[in-house]
Amino acid sequence: MNLSTSSTAAQKVEVSGHIIDSLILSKVMDCIKGAGGSFQVEKCTIGEGQHDPSYALLSVEAPTQEKLEEILKTIAVHGAISIEQKNCQIVSADIAGAFPEGFYSTTNQKTEVRIDGEWIEVQNQEMDCGIVIDLEKKLARCLPMTQVKEGDQLVVGHGGVQMHPQTKTENSHTFEFMNSAVSTEKPKGIAIRQIATELYETKKSGKKALIVGGPAIVHTGSVEHLSKLLRGNYFSRLFAGNALATHDIEQAFFGTSLGVSVSEGDIIESGHEHHLRSINRIRRAGSIANAVEKGLLTSGIMYECVQNGIDFTLAGSIRDDGPLPDVITDALEAQQVMRDKIADISFCLMVATNLHSIAVGNLLPAWIKVVCVDINPSTVIKLNDRGSFQTIGLVTDVEPFLRSLVSEVEALEAADAI
Amino acid sequence: MSTTPHILMCPPDYFGIEYEINAWMKKDRQVDHPLAVKQWTALQQVLIEAGAKISLLEAVKGLPDLVFTANAALIYRKTAILSRFMHKQRQGEEEHDQAWLEANGFKIHKLPETISFEGAGDALFCGDTLLAGYRMRSDIKGYQDIGTLLGCRVTPLELVNPYYYHIDTCFCPLSVDTAIYFPGAFDEYGRKALTNLVPNLIEVNEEEARSFACNAVVVNKTVATNSGCPDLHKKLKENGFCPVGTPLGEFVKSGGSAKCLTLRLDGEEGAGWKYKSGVDANTQA
Repeated sequence: MNLSTSSTAAQKVEVSGHIIDSLILSKVMDCIKGAGGSFQVEKCTIGEGQHDPSYALLSVEAPTQEKLEEILKTIAVHGAISIEQKNCQIVSADIAGAFPEGFYSTTNQKTEVRIDGEWIEVQNQEMDCGIVIDLEKKLARCLPMTQVKEGDQLVVGHGGVQMHPQTKTENSHTFEFMNSAVSTEKPKGIAIRQIATELYETKKSGKKALIVGGPAIVHTGSVEHLSKLLRGNYFSRLFAGNALATHDIEQAFFGTSLGVSVSEGDIIESGHEHHLRSINRIRRAGSIANAVEKGLLTSGIMYECVQNGIDFTLAGSIRDDGPLPDVITDALEAQQVMRDKIADISFCLMVATNLHSIAVGNLLPAWIKVVCVDINPSTVIKLNDRGSFQTIGLVTDVEPFLRSLVSEVEALEAADAI
Repeated sequence: MSTTPHILMCPPDYFGIEYEINAWMKKDRQVDHPLAVKQWTALQQVLIEAGAKISLLEAVKGLPDLVFTANAALIYRKTAILSRFMHKQRQGEEEHDQAWLEANGFKIHKLPETISFEGAGDALFCGDTLLAGYRMRSDIKGYQDIGTLLGCRVTPLELVNPYYYHIDTCFCPLSVDTAIYFPGAFDEYGRKALTNLVPNLIEVNEEEARSFACNAVVVNKTVATNSGCPDLHKKLKENGFCPVGTPLGEFVKSGGSAKCLTLRLDGEEGAGWKYKSGVDANTQA
């Protein structure tokens, strides 16, 4: 419509509402021209009825960046907002437990929102949430749907929100060798050595690592490997379900996992009752910690957690037997406990669990390093498909993996001791 | 649809000039409080005689401008779009306005906290259009939300003279097709938009505009203004209205007059929706 060829600075602005009959659009255009700029109409939609709003997208150009800023400031007063410099749109939650329509749905990537011209980093970054704003403190954080309170100030639309996707390089840490997210064909030895280094460095630098484990750790006879790592304080937290804890305790009490002898591999008579008898014994003691204190439970993963002060969270599921008294049976409560406990985690190892890996993957921001080890490639693929792109997957049996991990960690310890 | 005109007022118990947030306010030009009470009571009487029912919002110490109830909210049927005052000094009024409106059956709609909006002081219906002032006290960005919520045309008009900082200080719809205005408060675009939108636009001269002639309360055919507006009163009579002048000089010191002291709860005479049945889906209480 009106384009100067000598323009050197440009920015797109949008203006909407009843901008035709109020002459706001004409005023904006005249302001641009009056201030020495020019514009092109990129898009213009005129409201059909008297009550329908209109919309115009203009590309504003000026001879210098300084002049452009001056023009943008002038036309902002009349509602012409630069697309790049738009504040995020905030509306009050009209009901508790649900977002307003059109809410901004978060990802696990670093996100910023623009409030009063200032870009604010969103805290507690988590996928599939909304963003709640504290205007007074100028704070923004991710908020799960179930925690919305009436009157919460929530971001709607995409304007004034910018996401900074994690690049491969930023997330490469020690895993540069794995170009594909799921590694089935790569040499496992190198991968495990690098995971050991990551774990070792995390502990050494005073950071915290989380292990998310499934019952296969017990079935495959890997309890002692993991116990060694727990005794060495390589993990600060354990997330699991009723099954891992139950089978671990069953092995400690009866030497079996789901009735199968862990050392001999054969089925023990009445062994199928062992897991329920184990749960019952812990329920009678009141908690896993009480059972350790009373001298009932004297070995295994859960024993090491209690003895070494490793915080554990057991999240229940619908098919749980018992469950153990420590299991959180309310899914939303368990989710919140896990959410609170991942805040200071910098490395996460997921071993042989599909459900818990996905649950934790959903909560972790994209910049937390995650390694997922499973015999089934679909677990790692699922994690990636559901948005936990930062996950490095290793497809292998749990027992040799943990055995090698322990020996690599011990090698690092020995090298450091020299 | 005919109802008794219903107006919300707030007695000037704590009215005074405690701060300066507009071109009129000067702390060293204080209000004569007994006279202000007398003027407010006389206005109330004029409105009652014109056929209005008056409800009262309790005055609150430390909120001298609560007396200007026009700034509490924009009323549309039983929905009140609550004001978000630009100045901190007036933000304390919001909770009292909300409490009264809620207690009296209005569904409250709040605009985002980042938007300034000063209620019926800056948004007046004339026919089917909401004419809305911006730049001085209200933010143009809030008007699109209001238009969407109410399903009506909103015409933002830039206010360019600091003495006319709310649209109700320079424009007043008298009916769905007639309004008074002071052209000097608007720029060329605003004047042109008003001329196109309002079929019968009556000009107020500068001297009378300075006496807050445009800040009028319309009850049926009665138009109550500050005294000292003979030219406007003559024009109003010619157009079939009954002008009534009542002295409001003490409130002018604070930048307000008749209209600022009232909030019409059942819709202004100029509001087109008032004469139509049905409740908009977006605002159904």
